[in-house]
Amino acid sequence: MENLDLNTQPPHLYPEYNSTILRSPTKKLVPVGGMLKDLSLPAFGESAIGKFDNDLTKNARVNHDPIGERIKVCGKVMDEYGRPLKNVLVEIWQANAAGRYIHKEEIHDAPLDPNFLGGGRMLTDNGGRYQFYTIKPGAYPWGNHFNAWRPNHIHFSVIGHQIEQRLVTQMYFPGDPLFEYDPIFQSVPQHARHLMIAKFRMDWTDPEFALAYEFNIVMNGTLKTIFE
Amino acid sequence: MMEKLPTTPSQTIGPFFAYSLTAQQYGYNFNSLVNDKLINEAIAGEKIYITGKVFDGAGNTIHDAMIELWQADADGNYITQYPNIPISNIPFKGFGRLGTGTAADHSFTFKTIKPGSISGQAPHITVILFMRGSLHRLTTRLYFSDELYDNDALLNSVETERRKTLIANKIILNGVTAYEFNIFMQGENETVFFQL
Repeated sequence: MENLDLNTQPPHLYPEYNSTILRSPTKKLVPVGGMLKDLSLPAFGESAIGKFDNDLTKNARVNHDPIGERIKVCGKVMDEYGRPLKNVLVEIWQANAAGRYIHKEEIHDAPLDPNFLGGGRMLTDNGGRYQFYTIKPGAYPWGNHFNAWRPNHIHFSVIGHQIEQRLVTQMYFPGDPLFEYDPIFQSVPQHARHLMIAKFRMDWTDPEFALAYEFNIVMNGTLKTIFE
Repeated sequence: MMEKLPTTPSQTIGPFFAYSLTAQQYGYNFNSLVNDKLINEAIAGEKIYITGKVFDGAGNTIHDAMIELWQADADGNYITQYPNIPISNIPFKGFGRLGTGTAADHSFTFKTIKPGSISGQAPHITVILFMRGSLHRLTTRLYFSDELYDNDALLNSVETERRKTLIANKIILNGVTAYEFNIFMQGENETVFFQL
């Protein structure tokens, strides 16, 4: 069973993504058996989250709405048995509509948006659900190889209930023509790449306000010891 | 037997996480839930630093890594549910997070107290590591050079010659007891990472 799960994951070393060459472990990870499985991670109280923390169209607003296509990104965080993980911290970050990150080291020649930061967070509810409003991020070039461009994506960081449920991933948008050129996306086994692509949900859109995308996140199971 | 769902693939944290995940440390206008302090000043006991750098396979320091620490309190208990008060008012959080991009030498320095021993294990801190160029989060463990660790089951599951990569050495930093934990991605002293 474990092997099936591992098959959805990228390798540590994926030379087409150049930075992995000097930054990935060369030795096999040391298996911990049962020794770390039950280590819980911290759960945050609701007061940790600010009113607009999950609305990126508002949380850095100065004098205007941010430019770009307003979207809603929602989904469920669950374990591999499909059970919702509640009170899980979901943090996101992304480029603006022009494909520009606000990070100081970013040098891509595209405009910053004075009304957009691109960072947000929230806690999942009792059903494991989260929901963000944001702006659809643009594609941007990077230095991996000549004329390399990242597909549109939103970065996700999730702190689940247990140590093995600490996940950082990226959410992509359906039908992106850059998939076949992006080594970070391609590092994941082909059959598992769809797990990183959000579903367009016409039925979840806010009419005349924002289109909706669904992105569900599945973490390792918390009841592994019971079922196996 | 319930059918298992495929787990979401891991992807790199990339170079630009700071304005969301470590915003205050980097001077962005967004508050941070966690930072370099695993405790607040009200807590009793000797305060220590956990400091170190992350090195790539060419021996260069990595300036866009993110480190998380997670540890038990002095009595060996984890605070797994934070009270619903401002996080900075919680005396012991046990969880910290820093990027390596703000110190000139790319070091990280956390402020905490020593964890107690936990059900027969040596005192330790769980270290979670992310960086551009790593497609996974990596998990390792820090032990203290001045504590007994010879009977720790997890440490003993590591081949003898690699155990030293998990021992943080006691030093003095700005007059305060500190433990230096350098992380080597590759090379002779490649840090042990665990498969959870």
